[in-house]
Amino acid sequence: MSKLNLFEKVWKAHSVGQLQNGQTQLFVGRHLIHEVTSPQAFGMLREQNLPVRYPERTFATVDHIVPTNETQEPYSDPLADAMIKELRKNCKDFDVTFFDVDTGKQGIVHVVGPEQGLTQPGMTIACGDSHTSTHGAFGAIAFGIGTSQVRDLLATQTMALGKLKVRRIEVNGKLNPGIFAKDVILHIIKVLGVNGGTGYAYEYAGDVFDSFSMEERMTACNMSIEGGARAGYVNPDEKTFEYLKGKPYSPKNENWDEVVSKWASFASDEGCHYDDIVKIDASEIGPTVTWGINPSQAIGINETIPNPSLVDPKEKASIEEAIEYMKITPGAPIKGTPIDVAFIGSCTNGRISDLEEVASQIHGHKVKEGIKAIVVPGSQVVSKIAEEKGLDKIFTDAGFEWRYAGCSMCLAMNPDKLIGDQLCASSSNRNFKGRQGSPTGRTMLMSPTMVAAAAITGVISDSREVFSS
Amino acid sequence: MPLEKISQVSGNAVYVPGDDIDTDRIIPARFMKCVTFDGLGEYLFYDMKFNEDGSKKNHPLNDTKFANSSIMLTGANFGCGSSREHAPQSLYRAGFRAIIAGNFAEIFFGNSINLGMPCVSVSDETRNLISASIEQDPKCEVVVDILNRVIRVGDSSYPHELREGARDSLLNGSWDPLDELLQANQGIEDIHKNLAYI
Ligand code: SF4
Repeated sequence: MSKLNLFEKVWKAHSVGQLQNGQTQLFVGRHLIHEVTSPQAFGMLREQNLPVRYPERTFATVDHIVPTNETQEPYSDPLADAMIKELRKNCKDFDVTFFDVDTGKQGIVHVVGPEQGLTQPGMTIACGDSHTSTHGAFGAIAFGIGTSQVRDLLATQTMALGKLKVRRIEVNGKLNPGIFAKDVILHIIKVLGVNGGTGYAYEYAGDVFDSFSMEERMTACNMSIEGGARAGYVNPDEKTFEYLKGKPYSPKNENWDEVVSKWASFASDEGCHYDDIVKIDASEIGPTVTWGINPSQAIGINETIPNPSLVDPKEKASIEEAIEYMKITPGAPIKGTPIDVAFIGSCTNGRISDLEEVASQIHGHKVKEGIKAIVVPGSQVVSKIAEEKGLDKIFTDAGFEWRYAGCSMCLAMNPDKLIGDQLCASSSNRNFKGRQGSPTGRTMLMSPTMVAAAAITGVISDSREVFSS
Repeated sequence: MPLEKISQVSGNAVYVPGDDIDTDRIIPARFMKCVTFDGLGEYLFYDMKFNEDGSKKNHPLNDTKFANSSIMLTGANFGCGSSREHAPQSLYRAGFRAIIAGNFAEIFFGNSINLGMPCVSVSDETRNLISASIEQDPKCEVVVDILNRVIRVGDSSYPHELREGARDSLLNGSWDPLDELLQANQGIEDIHKNLAYI
C-alpha cells in the first residue's frame, strides 16, 4: 500500500466524488456553527425550501457577540440580542443541538468542540470561522468556511473544495524555559510569512509538538490561518486519545481500543510524501511579540522595531504603514512600550491551561495602576474549572477583571472594546487595524504570560524577568 | 435555477493600493451584527473611508471620479484574515463585480467565486500599468476577460491568472456549487453510513 500523510488519508475517506470544475465534493463529518456566519445560511435554506440533511452532525454555540459582563437577556445591544435569538430559533426549527448560554457548555466554538469531545482524529470538521484550524490539533482536517459553504453543509453535509498541498513543519530540539506554544506559532508565521501557507495544510511535528500538551497543540494549530494555511494539524498520539477519553461526545469506553486503533491509523505513514518540509530549531525561539498590523510582523522581546530604511524595498511600504499606525519608533526596543489594556482570552489562549499558567506566575503581583486588565475564559466549562480551582480569585486579587465566557476583545463584537488609540497586550490571534473594536486601536500579540507581565509592569516586558523570583 | 455564465466583466475600475488588506478592513466586525447580508455595501472599507467623527477621509472610494466603479484593483494577499463572507458580500453589494489583485487569500477567493465575483491575479507591473490608465482616465473601460485570460484597458491587453477550476465554474455557470452537490445523493448517504463517527 502506498504511504500517505494524514491529510491524504482523511481527504480520501471523505471524498464523495469529483465536481465538474475539478474540485472535490468533500463530506464534512462535523459541522460547527455560531451566530455571526450562520443566520444568512439558514435564510438561504428557507428561501430554497431545503431541509438540514443530517442535523445530528451540526452543533451550535454563541460566542462572538455575547457580553462578558452581564448574563441578563435581553442584552443591552439590540443587534446582539437579535442575533442570539435568531440562532436559537434556527437551531430549534432545524433540530440542531445548541450549547446555549444556560447549558453550562457555551463558549468559543473552538474551545467547546474539543472539550465536548466533538473534535476527534480522522474527522473532517468545518465552521464558518477561519480559526477552525484549531481542531487539527487532534489529527482532524478542519477548515474555516464562508457562509455559502455553511449553507452547502447544512443542505448536503458536503462542500466543494480543491485539495491542498501539505507542508510538514518540524520544530526540533527543546524550547527554552519560559517559551510557550504562542511563541512557537508566532515564530513560524514570522519565518514563513502571512501568506506563506496559501494552498497548503500545515502538518506540525518534531520534538516540540510531540511534547506539547493538547492545549498547546491547539494554540499552534489555531493560528495556521494567520500564516495563510487553510488547515493545520498534528498527528494523533497517546496524548490525543487520553484527552478524549470520557469527554461527553467521545465514543464510549466499551470499544475504546478499537476506536483508538482506528484513530491512530490516520496518522501520517513513516516515509510518506510531503510537498514541502520546513525545519525549525526550537532553541532559536524566544518570547515573541508582534509590533505591526499583521501576525508576521513579530520580533523577539529583546529585538528592536524594524527600520524601514534598512529593509528590502519591497517590504518598506508595509513596514512604514504598520509603524505609522502603531505609533511606534523605528529602531526602538519593543520592550518598554507602554500599554493601556491587557487581554487574556480567545480561542488561541483562553483554555484552562493558559489560565493556570498565568495564575501560577502572578502571585504577589498587582496590575499596574491605570491599566485595564481582563481575563475572559474560553468557555463556561473553563470558567467552572477555573473557579473550582480558585483561579478567579487569584486574578481578581491581582487586579484583573474576571469575565464570563466568549470571544470578547479578540474582535470586539461585544461591549469589550479598545477606546481611541489604546494599545492592548493581547493573547488573541489578530493584530489587524481596528481588530479590537476601535478604528485606531493598537494590538500587540503575545503569550498570556507575557500579557500578564505587561499588565503588571504597564509596559511590554520579558515575562522571564518579571516573574523570575 | 441556471446561473449566469460569466465570461467577462467590464466597467470602470478603482485602484485601492496596499498589500495584505484584511477582511477586518474590508468590513469591520461591528457591522457584522446582522442576520442578512442586505445592507453591507454601505459599510465597505468603512474605517478606511471615514474618520471617527464621521467625516470623510482621503480614500479612492470617496473620490467621486470613481463612484461608478464595478472593478477593484488592489495589492497582494487581498482578503486575508477571517472567513467572513461578509467581506465579498459587502464588495458585491457596493456594486463590485470583479477584483484584480496581486493575489488573494484562500478563503476570500473561494467565497468570492461562490458569489460569481471573479478574482484575478496580475503582476506588479501590470497593476502599475492599469492603475496609471485609470488615474489618467477614470472613465476608461476595463474588461476582465475570463474567456481569453486577459484584462483589456483601451488598446492594451494584459494577461491575468485565475485558477482553472474557478475559471471553468464561472464560464459554465456552475460557480455556486449547491445544485451539483445536491445531486450526489447516494454518494453522500454512503459516506454518512460508513463513517466511524456520527
Ligand atoms: S476568539 Fe477571536 S478568533 Fe477565536 S472565534 Fe472568537 S473572534 Fe474568532
